[in-house]
Amino acid sequence: MLTPRLALQSLRNRLLATTLTVLSIAFSVALLVGIENIRNGLRESFTGTISGVDLIVGPRSSSVQLLLYSVFGMGSPTGNISWETYTHFRDHPAVAWTIPYSLGDNHRGFRVIGTTDAFYEHFRYREGRSIAFREGGPASTDHDVVVGSEVADRLEYALGDEIVVTHGMGAAGIMDHDDAPFRITGVLERTGTPVDRALYVTLGGIEAMHAGWEGGVPPMPSFAPPPEDENEAGEADDGAAAPGTRANEPPPASVEPAQITSFFVGTPTRFEMLGLQREVNDFQQEPLTALLPGIALAEMWRTVGYAEDGLRIVSFFVVIVGLLGMLVSLYTALDARRREMSIFRAIGAGPGRIVSLLVVESGFLAAAGALLGVLLVYGGILLSQGAVEERFGLLIPLRPLGTLELGYLAAVVVAGFIIGLVPAIKAYRTTLTDGLSPRS
Amino acid sequence: MSLEASAQHPAVRIENLVFSYRKREPVLDIEVLEVPAGERVFLHGASGSGKTTLLGLLTGVLSAEQGVVRVLGTDLTSLSGSRRDAFRGERLGYIFQMFNLIPYLTALDNIILPCQVSSSRRARVRGPLEDEARRIAARLEITSLLDSRPGELSVGQQQRVAAARALIGRPQLVVADEPTSALDSDRRDLFLDLLFDSCREAGATLLFVSHDRSLEDRFDRSLSLSDVNRALVKAT
Ligand SMILES: Nc1ncnc2c1ncn2[C@@H]1O[C@H](COP(=O)(O)OP(=O)(O)OP(=O)(O)O)[C@@H](O)[C@H]1O
Ligand SMILES: [Mg+2]
Repeated sequence: MLTPRLALQSLRNRLLATTLTVLSIAFSVALLVGIENIRNGLRESFTGTISGVDLIVGPRSSSVQLLLYSVFGMGSPTGNISWETYTHFRDHPAVAWTIPYSLGDNHRGFRVIGTTDAFYEHFRYREGRSIAFREGGPASTDHDVVVGSEVADRLEYALGDEIVVTHGMGAAGIMDHDDAPFRITGVLERTGTPVDRALYVTLGGIEAMHAGWEGGVPPMPSFAPPPEDENEAGEADDGAAAPGTRANEPPPASVEPAQITSFFVGTPTRFEMLGLQREVNDFQQEPLTALLPGIALAEMWRTVGYAEDGLRIVSFFVVIVGLLGMLVSLYTALDARRREMSIFRAIGAGPGRIVSLLVVESGFLAAAGALLGVLLVYGGILLSQGAVEERFGLLIPLRPLGTLELGYLAAVVVAGFIIGLVPAIKAYRTTLTDGLSPRS
Repeated sequence: MSLEASAQHPAVRIENLVFSYRKREPVLDIEVLEVPAGERVFLHGASGSGKTTLLGLLTGVLSAEQGVVRVLGTDLTSLSGSRRDAFRGERLGYIFQMFNLIPYLTALDNIILPCQVSSSRRARVRGPLEDEARRIAARLEITSLLDSRPGELSVGQQQRVAAARALIGRPQLVVADEPTSALDSDRRDLFLDLLFDSCREAGATLLFVSHDRSLEDRFDRSLSLSDVNRALVKAT
């Protein structure tokens, strides 16, 4: 066919202008698709902070508060749940499994969470991924601790290191549980969630730190007194520490704490979930709040999602500016060919030929730009995915194009074809002299 | 003289033609204008007298609202726009004053282009298109330039390539709009010699537009648009 061949030869003749036009289209497409991917990555990493958990139960509070401290490790717990209440729901027929959480301590600014093996078994994030160990394994005794990947990396911890935990959320200081050091038995894989910034001990481990000195919490009869470091016993700030215990003896395996902060619930079927939520919220013995994490996360994203709105606005302007830029560069590229069109007219080319020559060219440029833009984004994501996750804890997944992007790509290509019509019609309307005589 | 040239039709006959651009004053108002078949006709007139406009009408790029424009026996005013394009592509040759060639095609590709745009023009060439292009190029003394692109040619060489393109496929009417105005007098004479030879060989009528009266003597006939165009008298 003559037309594609001529169009191609013509494009090659104007290689630099053609390349720049394609690049400008590609960059505008890449910008939009890139922003959409980042926006999507942000939302997914937010809403994927926790998954596979059907209910989160805590003391009566706002669901935002409960979500913040139990899932995101932000803010302070509003209270506790008694062990009896926890066991009531743990043994409830509509409950498949529970993950108890006991918060309240920190290690050099990172949260320390008391939990059970259920955490490693049932906790899921980002569409069902489970917690995995980079090294070692779960805490088996009350003096074992598992550290999140960021904790391990920032503080340069390795298996077997001994660490000390501080009471409360403040920095290390006078309230250090120097008498209760923990030994690192496991380091978790990176998850890109708050799990990376936490340390995990057993429920008994949390209790062990507090036993005997935390004024509000009486020592449990069934509970082993905290071990004492013989060398530092005299120097401990906390005079209430119970003396006379041996540091290296593992405490009994089934220490029952007096209370926990919150717990995650898995139900056998989704059907039981709603009934259970109502039951928890109406629980008479203790005021409780149960929330559905999926819904609560989506709601919270909507209220804190200003960043997303901002990106949406940027996307919108990128679309407008990108389309305008493309139209301008295509139009000037085509308008420069009016002379050529006069020659084609003079040798008998009809409207069909003139229009197809210009429309094929601009449509081809637009399509090539769109394709290149998409390739740029996906190539860029593939290349930088690891580094971005490493640096920002934000996983930008490779995903198929969304409707906004497909719509934009379609608009780019269609506008590319349409803009070719304008100079084509102009070329057909004008006389042979247009652009050919020195006068014009 | 070829068969086509000896046909009884004049190559061009215009009767009672009135033409204006959009809704303005008429630019052309011609009672009668005739170009006999096979002749070389010199058409002159002051700048702005409507020479290029007339060629536009004769080649069917423009269309007259009044009168008859009969070219090679066909009344162009009775044809639709695309039929006029097809007619021009098949049977006419057009040479511009300058900027005649497609810059990204070689001289050879430029010459054969009309036969690629119009299949009926291609059908008038017997044998391979390239052989025909080389034959015409040989007459115009540009054989060695066929693989060059227009940017590598002198203006005079470009005009000869343009003439070869206008002549390929045996057009019966070749229309040239001041093709020599960018040439010095030596090259102008050489170009005219070659153009005349080629038209005679192809049996084509030549309508040559220029306001350079010094060329007038070399043609069979001379027409002054300033005399024929009544619109000019009214305007002044
Ligand atoms: N596309 C156009 N639209 C409107 N008016 C035009 C157009 N082309 C030419 N004209 C007008 O028509 C008249 C004749 O123009 P034309 O180009 O035919 O003159 P010409 O005899 O070829 O002049 P020159 O010797 O300078 O080439 C001029 O007054 C010009 O202004
Ligand atoms: Mg003119």
